[in-house]
Amino acid sequence: MTAAHVIFLVTAVATLGAALYVVTARNLVHAALALIASFFGVAIIFVLLQAGFLAAVQVVLYIGAIAILIIFAIMLTRRVMQDTGPQTNRQWWVAAIMAAVLFVALLVSLGLVPSLQDVTQPVTALPSPDDSLRQLGKSFVDPNQYLLPFELASVLLLVALIGSIVIAADKKQP
Amino acid sequence: MDLSQLFSDPVGFVRDLLVQLLASLGLADSAINVILAAIGVVIIASFCLVLPLFLIWFERRVVARMQDRIGPNRVGPQGALQTIADAIKLLIKEDITPIGADKLVYNAAPILSVIAVISMWAVVPFAVNILGTRLNVGALYIISVGSLGTLAIMMGGWSSNNKYALLGAFRTVAQLVSYEAPLLLSLLVPVILARSMDLGTIIEKQEVWFIVAAPVAALIFFATSVAEVGRTPFDLLEAESEIVAGFHIEYTGMKFGMFFVAEFLHAFTVGALTAVLFLGGWRGPGAEAYPLLGVLYFMFKAFAGYFLVILMRAALPRIRIDHMLDLNWKFLVPVSLAAIVLTLLGDKLIQTAGLESEWLRAGLLFLGNLVLVWVVYWFLSASARRMRAEEEGADDHASPGHDDHGASHEAHAVLPGDAGAHAAPAH
Repeated sequence: MTAAHVIFLVTAVATLGAALYVVTARNLVHAALALIASFFGVAIIFVLLQAGFLAAVQVVLYIGAIAILIIFAIMLTRRVMQDTGPQTNRQWWVAAIMAAVLFVALLVSLGLVPSLQDVTQPVTALPSPDDSLRQLGKSFVDPNQYLLPFELASVLLLVALIGSIVIAADKKQP
Repeated sequence: MDLSQLFSDPVGFVRDLLVQLLASLGLADSAINVILAAIGVVIIASFCLVLPLFLIWFERRVVARMQDRIGPNRVGPQGALQTIADAIKLLIKEDITPIGADKLVYNAAPILSVIAVISMWAVVPFAVNILGTRLNVGALYIISVGSLGTLAIMMGGWSSNNKYALLGAFRTVAQLVSYEAPLLLSLLVPVILARSMDLGTIIEKQEVWFIVAAPVAALIFFATSVAEVGRTPFDLLEAESEIVAGFHIEYTGMKFGMFFVAEFLHAFTVGALTAVLFLGGWRGPGAEAYPLLGVLYFMFKAFAGYFLVILMRAALPRIRIDHMLDLNWKFLVPVSLAAIVLTLLGDKLIQTAGLESEWLRAGLLFLGNLVLVWVVYWFLSASARRMRAEEEGADDHASPGHDDHGASHEAHAVLPGDAGAHAAPAH
């Protein structure tokens, strides 16, 4: 067992524990903070997979922007932070079965991926970190790769930006 | 191993010694790596925690000079040990947790704020081979751990169960999250110029300091970084005259001290990052052969930036909150976007034209920046003229009789539905 194994196991347990706490916590701010801990755990796993760029983006976007907006929205509310009602309804068992089925389906489909069938084999050598970053950047602007999805996502974000400005804008005539 | 390595690669020299020592104890290679990494973390973190002892004294002396005072001068030579006395005072103060505070979040916030700042130093290169680690996404990493500091301030403000603290936290979101946009955008310019996000590579590519090729981006980076620290003129999150002390109002003793240390260290980090990204970092005569000389150059440049931060703090009044947001979204973001486009186009054109000289490239981009400054100035003066004309026009309308007419017209134009709804029950 190497240091990477230890780090992975500790991180995985912490990430899953934090994720579990997100859905069971009664205090919304605590749930949001646990969500951040869970995001951070995912970032650490990205680092272990030598995907430093994804790890940094995970922290910048999910913790730096999304989680902070969630916390901000929760802070602005007053009474909903301590909800005392029951946390499940009568359909909890349906949800549990669906989640279990989804989990098994994911597990099976992952098992069908050839490179994952023999996990004792070391993965093929990755290109040097600088190269992988450059490849990532180029694949976003290469018409044969991800140019169209990338541009579509950009347009979607632009639409969201304009939409939020329209909603927030002063309706008064100048 | 020879002693000349001690000068050319001091960290490597000590590391080799430690590896031999640990290997002779019969430890596995992976265990040795973990131990060495832990030692590195402890050294950098200790440096970061000891540095504010000096920074706080330095800043108090400089600000005192600017305000025609002497400043701390009793404890130790020139008062240099004053901060240690203050730290002891903070440690023996009563540790109060307000009633109704969220204990866990309340106690975690100051720790997180220090963690966020210290983590930034993991990638800052002190010299060519004296550095924590080389990340290929170093520039992005700095932004990402910086955003954890925002989180710490929000946690502290919310969990204190105090309305002023909460107001401070709200202002934090308004300020820190919006200033992250131009900060990221201006950070892109040196990344484009160096073709890498690795801070080490960015420094190596600065045969000509990037402040020559990108003065606009350097200024925007510096200003937005100061806003990220929450320093005067951007200290709205802890505006004493408005919301008492903002997010850290309830904190006492060393917990307040940790926020304080984080702020001073972050202010120095602004100077250090400006030095790394725009002033050539450790570059200087003889720095490659003798890394310790590079550390000296780097610290000198970082302190120059920090000195500027202190001067701004002592000289400028606090900016109003609407001005702060206007400055960000209507000025800094568009200008930094323009600077990126300018750098991208200019750099590619220069490369295509086959101009190899670094000085030529920097000079041409500098001219481009001058044009950008001129265009921005032209825009600003034009809009200022327009606003002045509007104000004078409004003054003309203020004459009696005319004013009533204009105001009622405006009311009808603004709320026709409302006016009708109010009028209906009266009739």
